[in-house]
Amino acid sequence: MTAHPPLNSLQPRPIAERTRPKLVVVGNGMAGVRTLEELLKLAPDKYDITVFGAEPHPNYNRILLSPVLAGEMTLKEIILNDVDWYENHDIKLNTSSRITRIDRVLRQVFSADGRVEKYDRLLLATGSTPFILPIPGHDLPGVLSYRDIADTDAMIEAASRYHHAVVIGGGLLGLEAANGLRQRGMTVTVVHVMPWLMERQLDRPAAELLKKSLEDRGLQFKLGCETSELMRGEDGRVCALRFKDGSTLATELVVMSVGIRPNTALAESAGLFCHRGIVVNDTLQTFDPRIYAVGECVSHRGIAYGLVAPLFEQAKVAANHLAEYGIACYKGSVTSTKLKVTGIDLFSAGQFMGADDSEDIVLSDPAAGVYKKLVLKDDQLVGAVLYGDTADSAWYMQLLKDAQKVTELRPHLLFGQHHLGDSGHKGETQASSLPDHAEICGCNGVCKGTIIKTIKERGLFTLEEVRQHTKASSSCGSCTGLVEQLLASTVGGAYQPADGLHKALCPCTDHTHEEVRKAIREEHLLTIPQIMTFLVWKTPNGCATCRPALNYYLISSWPHEARDDPQSRFINERAHANIQKDGSFSVVPRLWGGLATPAELRAIADAAEKYAVPTLKITGGQRIDLLGVKKKDLPRMWADLAKSGLVSGHAYGKSLRTVKTCVGSEHCRFGTQRSMALGVRLEKMLFGMWTPHKVKLAVSGCPRNCAESGIKDVGIIGVDSGYEIYVAGNGGIKTVVAQFLCKVASDDEVLEVVGAFLQLYREQARYLDRTVHWVERAGLDFVKQQVVEDLEQRQTLYERLLFALQGTEDPWTEIAANPSHLQEFEVMSL
Amino acid sequence: MAQWKRICTLDEIPRLGARVVERGAPPNIALFRTADDQVFALLDQCPHKQGPLSQGLVTDTHVTCPLHGWRISLVDGQAQGADAGCAATVPVQLEDGWISLESSHESH
Ligand code: SRM
Ligand SMILES: Cc1cc2nc3c(=O)[nH]c(=O)nc-3n(C[C@H](O)[C@H](O)[C@H](O)COP(=O)(O)OP(=O)(O)OC[C@H]3O[C@@H](n4cnc5c(N)ncnc54)[C@H](O)[C@@H]3O)c2cc1C
Ligand code: SF4
Ligand code: FES
Repeated sequence: MTAHPPLNSLQPRPIAERTRPKLVVVGNGMAGVRTLEELLKLAPDKYDITVFGAEPHPNYNRILLSPVLAGEMTLKEIILNDVDWYENHDIKLNTSSRITRIDRVLRQVFSADGRVEKYDRLLLATGSTPFILPIPGHDLPGVLSYRDIADTDAMIEAASRYHHAVVIGGGLLGLEAANGLRQRGMTVTVVHVMPWLMERQLDRPAAELLKKSLEDRGLQFKLGCETSELMRGEDGRVCALRFKDGSTLATELVVMSVGIRPNTALAESAGLFCHRGIVVNDTLQTFDPRIYAVGECVSHRGIAYGLVAPLFEQAKVAANHLAEYGIACYKGSVTSTKLKVTGIDLFSAGQFMGADDSEDIVLSDPAAGVYKKLVLKDDQLVGAVLYGDTADSAWYMQLLKDAQKVTELRPHLLFGQHHLGDSGHKGETQASSLPDHAEICGCNGVCKGTIIKTIKERGLFTLEEVRQHTKASSSCGSCTGLVEQLLASTVGGAYQPADGLHKALCPCTDHTHEEVRKAIREEHLLTIPQIMTFLVWKTPNGCATCRPALNYYLISSWPHEARDDPQSRFINERAHANIQKDGSFSVVPRLWGGLATPAELRAIADAAEKYAVPTLKITGGQRIDLLGVKKKDLPRMWADLAKSGLVSGHAYGKSLRTVKTCVGSEHCRFGTQRSMALGVRLEKMLFGMWTPHKVKLAVSGCPRNCAESGIKDVGIIGVDSGYEIYVAGNGGIKTVVAQFLCKVASDDEVLEVVGAFLQLYREQARYLDRTVHWVERAGLDFVKQQVVEDLEQRQTLYERLLFALQGTEDPWTEIAANPSHLQEFEVMSL
Repeated sequence: MAQWKRICTLDEIPRLGARVVERGAPPNIALFRTADDQVFALLDQCPHKQGPLSQGLVTDTHVTCPLHGWRISLVDGQAQGADAGCAATVPVQLEDGWISLESSHESH
């Protein structure tokens, strides 16, 4: 054996090998460029990129051609990536340059304008072409299709010269074209071969309502009519349509919008396997492994999509493989439809027609212009059509995508998630009926017009993007439903609500909350760096979303073993007080069950005076808030309060907050149970419990329910024979009435059931889920099974909770007494 | 000429944490320490609504403001993402484990 290293490692690598591999993209449209954007995020310098586009423009937002046609926007406003973008990313852009041939042996592409480019990887994103009815006269001047800027320009131009237009095709695009031409002053007739409009998205009743509102806007319809010929006028232009029955209809412009076909001509000429689209596998690779394809030109698992949302999902996966990460997989998309005609609210998704083995739930109020149909199969929502009220479309879409069982939701499914009303926008649930100046986001003062304008001008497609750019829905989130509606009505089916079940924890990882928890449990991970290494986090030390979540998952999975990481806690939990707008803090001592002794009240009063507290306030949670305390005074104030036995109220934490009580049978003439005593017992048991989100309890002594047990995470109502336990209520952003869990006879049983319920919540909910959100997902049946029916399981859950809470100390006393903890509160000086 | 004044040692700031330095008059200075022991200093004022950046959560070379969640670069004070604004950076030195600030520092 020789000790020589391999020869080639000693020699300088030849230049050609050091240059970057070449990626060529054919098709400068929405899917192709989106793939590049995703690729640049993962591997910005990996490829030498060249793009060919047949159109003379940089990438634009094709779906906004409809508002351009309707005169609501200009072409300039719909550009998504301007020429500078290509330049800044070192991408060679060839516009007006159509690729006509691919040589797969030499790995070169050839364009009609004489360019030749070599590739190592090729991405086909050629989109689709409008289908043209092969009838006589289809190629006459004055016959247009509706696909790109050139078509849109031609229509705008025609609208300025002619008066009468016919749109053939009553589908989504046809109706948007018709509406646009009408807005430009033409009289427009829509000719449709089927008996009702948008038959691929709507059932008949919804289509009838749609037709009526479009008629109210001045459109005319000829349904069930098949065109057999386009007739030529004296000037050579199209002058009329002739139908199968021999009748005719005069016109000066015909827009054909009868469907699209994947644009596969180039791929087919190169010998790539195509069948109703360029056939790709789950990594978006064609049958030639060097060639990928995305967008409307592909056929994936037999489906060619015609909406933007699935193409964006494909783009993400293709980019992942082009970057040689090799882990993403595209499994197909569930899509929904939205018509972008201003003022018309319509939504459809899934198997909306229903079948023999499915059931329909229908609400029809034609006078109010509202129609809703939900299709259920095997206790799951499989389809929906909404007309006139689409407030809940995102929710339905979520249920549909997640294939969630809707057994318990069924009685009020049709009335939607929002029928109880969120706070902050005058109870409005219909975005379409609001004027432009209506305030949508009450936290950040953002109005409807601003949101729509930003979505259009910035080319936004997701809720997250709208949050970042407008701030709407980014604080308390109560207006999310409205913002989703605006997004959907502006970008149509291009907006698809995020997957609720398989939601990545945050942008630092693709893993879900559940996967992260599983890894922590099964791999016995004990620190945040261990989790990040094991699950290959994308950022060096996470973000403000994942770090607090990971910290919670660690301490709740491995109590007494995993160490708390203060730097991964939001300031309130790190400083054990609530930060105020001016950087001062508020201090809320615990008043067990809302009870106080004169000594405690005196201690609070003394502390308020000693530290010059500007505001003392009774909170909504039956205790006293000292507001405006300087951070450096906190430990000393706590030490003073502790002398009278006062401890932290955790008003700052994702933890046990308050146990609200009424006076109960201790004093009240109606009281059936000792609610104060039980409340104090519960609060003592749960003291110091960290939870996914805050937890609030209430105990009322009789069904008059003066402690408002009906809107608490856990609400208890005393009755003569024992206690009723209610769970998963919420009194905050969205009022949700708690659901009945069970009835028990004794205080001890209350403690055990409540303890088991909260432990299950601690173990299973996602960080920042209140109990209501978690129970909505997990199902009350499951919860009942675990904490009411299965007595053994109840017992073990309860024991796990008690174990986790063993030896819990008051954080205030601990910090005040321990000099090593004081650093957080000390200020240095210059 | 800049006068450097020793403020504290590196160990006195927790990793991925911050400390506040008062300078006679507000605003204070926020001193940050990253996971890999780099030290940065900003005026303790978020460009959004003057939130105390020192109280934020530190990740990599960014801090997330505790009040409304803007993410500010520790390197140049720029707000990240779709937010626009800039926190003032303050010159800081790390030498032999000591962190120093300019004692004659004026606010920008
Ligand atoms: C002090 C208090 C208002 C008052 O003066 O009465 C208060 C103050 C705050 N609430 Fe509250 N809430 C207070 C009772 C409530 C109640 C009523 C109750 O507890 O009976 C509710 C509705 C009940 C519920 O939670 O279901 C309530 C629903 C909220 C929500 C919405 C939660 C939700 O899931 O919908 C938030 C936002 C959040 O937590 O994300 C919130 C958040 C806040 C924060 C922490 C905002 C923040 O992040 O800085 C406020 C801190 C102010 C401060 O510095 O002290 N506060 N908050 C109340 C303290 C009670 C206590 O003694 O601990
Ligand atoms: C008027 C209109 C309204 C729409 N509204 C919606 C909506 O509300 N919601 C929604 O989700 N979707 C909507 N769509 C559909 C959406 O626009 C498409 O799904 C999306 O644009 C498809 O992206 P793509 O990249 O696959 O194709 P395209 O965006 O069409 O891009 C393909 C590009 O490739 C170019 N090209 C083709 N062959 C070659 C070649 N050989 N060489 C070089 N270049 C080539 C084409 O010129 C084109 O520019 C709408 C479409 C139209 C036309
Ligand atoms: S205390 Fe609660 S309701 Fe009042 S402003 Fe603050 S978060 Fe809003
Ligand atoms: S003050 Fe910093 S985000 Fe608002």
